[in-house]
Amino acid sequence: MPGDDRPARRRRLPRPFGLRTRLVLAFLLVAAVGCGTTAALTYRAARNAILEQTQDTAVTAFRQQVETLNVQLPVDHDGLQNELRRIARQGKPRPWRVYAEYGDVRVSSTDRPASTVLTPELRRRATAPGATHGSFQRVVRNGTPYLTVAVPAVFGNFRGLPEDHPTGLVLYAVMDLGEEEADIEAMVLAARDGALPALLVALVPALLAARGVLRPVRELRRAAHSMGRGRLDTRIHAKGSDELADLARTFNESAAALERSVTELRRAEARARRFASDVSHELRTPLAGMLAVTEVLDEDAGTLDSDTARAVRLISAETGKLAVLVEDLMEISRFDARAAELHTDEVDAAEMVRKTLINRHWTDPERIATELADGIRARLDPRRFDVVVANLVGNALRHGGPPVTVRVYEEGGRLVTEVADRGPGIPDDVLPHVFDRFYKGDPARTRSAGSGLGLAITQENVHLHGGTVVAANRPDGGAVFTVRIPL
Amino acid sequence: MPRVLLIEDDPSVREGVELGLRRRGHEVRTAATGEAGLAVLREFRPDLLLLDLMLPGMNGVQVCRRVRDTSQLPIIMLTARGDDFDVVVGLEAGADDYIVKPARTEVIEARIRAVLRRIEDPGGTRPAVEFHGELAVDRAGLTVAKNGERIALAPSELKLLLHLSAAPEQVFSRQQLLEHVWEHSFHGDARLVDACVRRLRNKIEDTPGDPRYIQTLRGFGYRFGPL
Repeated sequence: MPGDDRPARRRRLPRPFGLRTRLVLAFLLVAAVGCGTTAALTYRAARNAILEQTQDTAVTAFRQQVETLNVQLPVDHDGLQNELRRIARQGKPRPWRVYAEYGDVRVSSTDRPASTVLTPELRRRATAPGATHGSFQRVVRNGTPYLTVAVPAVFGNFRGLPEDHPTGLVLYAVMDLGEEEADIEAMVLAARDGALPALLVALVPALLAARGVLRPVRELRRAAHSMGRGRLDTRIHAKGSDELADLARTFNESAAALERSVTELRRAEARARRFASDVSHELRTPLAGMLAVTEVLDEDAGTLDSDTARAVRLISAETGKLAVLVEDLMEISRFDARAAELHTDEVDAAEMVRKTLINRHWTDPERIATELADGIRARLDPRRFDVVVANLVGNALRHGGPPVTVRVYEEGGRLVTEVADRGPGIPDDVLPHVFDRFYKGDPARTRSAGSGLGLAITQENVHLHGGTVVAANRPDGGAVFTVRIPL
Repeated sequence: MPRVLLIEDDPSVREGVELGLRRRGHEVRTAATGEAGLAVLREFRPDLLLLDLMLPGMNGVQVCRRVRDTSQLPIIMLTARGDDFDVVVGLEAGADDYIVKPARTEVIEARIRAVLRRIEDPGGTRPAVEFHGELAVDRAGLTVAKNGERIALAPSELKLLLHLSAAPEQVFSRQQLLEHVWEHSFHGDARLVDACVRRLRNKIEDTPGDPRYIQTLRGFGYRFGPL
């Protein structure tokens, strides 16, 4: 039965990129992008604010200090150094290291006369003409950020020179930005520490949403599976008005329509079967009376005139055929109604075949050859096995050509019964249909000696035994039917 | 020639079978209903009853039970239904064999002869009466007694018991029993054997559920004893 080779229900493992995973990942991605963007923007704004404030404070403070510078030119080295130290102390927001450059003169508030942090660019900008308000630059040296400020000293109302005329003396202040950097780093850490819990929190609605989507989908899958297994009354609980509820309702409607059609089909099929069964049944009673008197007709035909005798013999023969047909129809109806039962017995297979042949008087060695392996004990329904062998041999004698060979042997835990003939074989277009009911290989031969049900009944009987029967042509001519029944 | 009573409600079957059997030399009486058949039975005293299962009023199974209550008359069921249920019900009621309609007269007659045939004694020179436990089997008189009381056995039951007890402890398959007791040489029905064994056990065993005389060998068949 086709239903039987349905694969066993597989345990479905969660797939690596199932719907749930994808939904959750999408959620997390959105949350991550949101968190990340917010954090990045906040960070940038805060960082700029911090740095700018520091810078502005430092630059303004430095410029003011520079304006209070009291230096006589030419430069008095020690005096300048003292001034620088004073300025350095008053550094805002933190102490600076102050350097002064005037020509080749390098003076500083520290031990070293010149700083390695100052860049040539800053020097160039500080000494550029018109650059009297000073400039600053952020420099990173050895991983430490520094703010460097350059302010040129200018003449104030001096000797008629215009104000803000550079004196050539440039003061540089170097301030460590490590503290600000630490503040900014702390902000990054805070942003990160805020984003991770946010992502974790986002997991909850992600899972909830995934569940909300997946539950109907899963229910749909279960329902489809259940329908596939023939439970057509399966319905899904549809509530709400979203697309999934629509899907569920559509599914329910389709299932209901399918159930209606299938029920109607089944009813029609059952009616057809019951009809065949009832008709056969009703035919039996009149046939019983007719068949009981056919011998009377046959015996007396000899004493009748030739036309009447022919008519009488014809009726007698046809009654016999009709009886066989009705019997076969009843048998098929029983198979269709699954009312056919197997009454098994342990029997000797070769002996069974031998009896079948003897009882049908198929003993002429010119027509029937046997190769029966003795001693194979099989659990068979003797009556049904007899029908199988008799049908196959009868079929071979009727449609094939003698000698018919019947072989019985054991192969791989199965009892194999093989009936081969020496006839013309079965045409290729007929081969797939030989077990069909009432199938006629030659359409012109509308009626043959058999009922047209013999091979169909044979197949049903073999299936009842859990076995198989196949028809094939032998390479050297003739057809061969092979029955395999598990021992 | 055996005298046959045919109880059959369908006129054409009744006439057809009657005609066929009469041509073969049987003395045949017919009845259209179970009640009429039981009335004819007392007066006609047939050797065998051919009984349709489906009868108006009192059905075949009821007629069969009624006949079995009082006599060991051989009964063959004539049934249009070869379906398992009907066959088994008929056999349980005490029929010795059944024929599925339609059947040729030669088949009907062969079955009649098989049921009526007396069992040949395979032992040959055995004593006429054998004792098996509490059972006394008289092969010559064809009677069976338990604890001195005679047991009424239908022909098929008697034949089965005689066959099994002739070779105690030997296992017979259902197929072998069908051939020897019912003479069904092919497409025999194992249900005949099973139903008959059940009926026989009900009559001769102390506890039919735990048989002592007729034992089952699962997958092989039946044997008599060991006691």
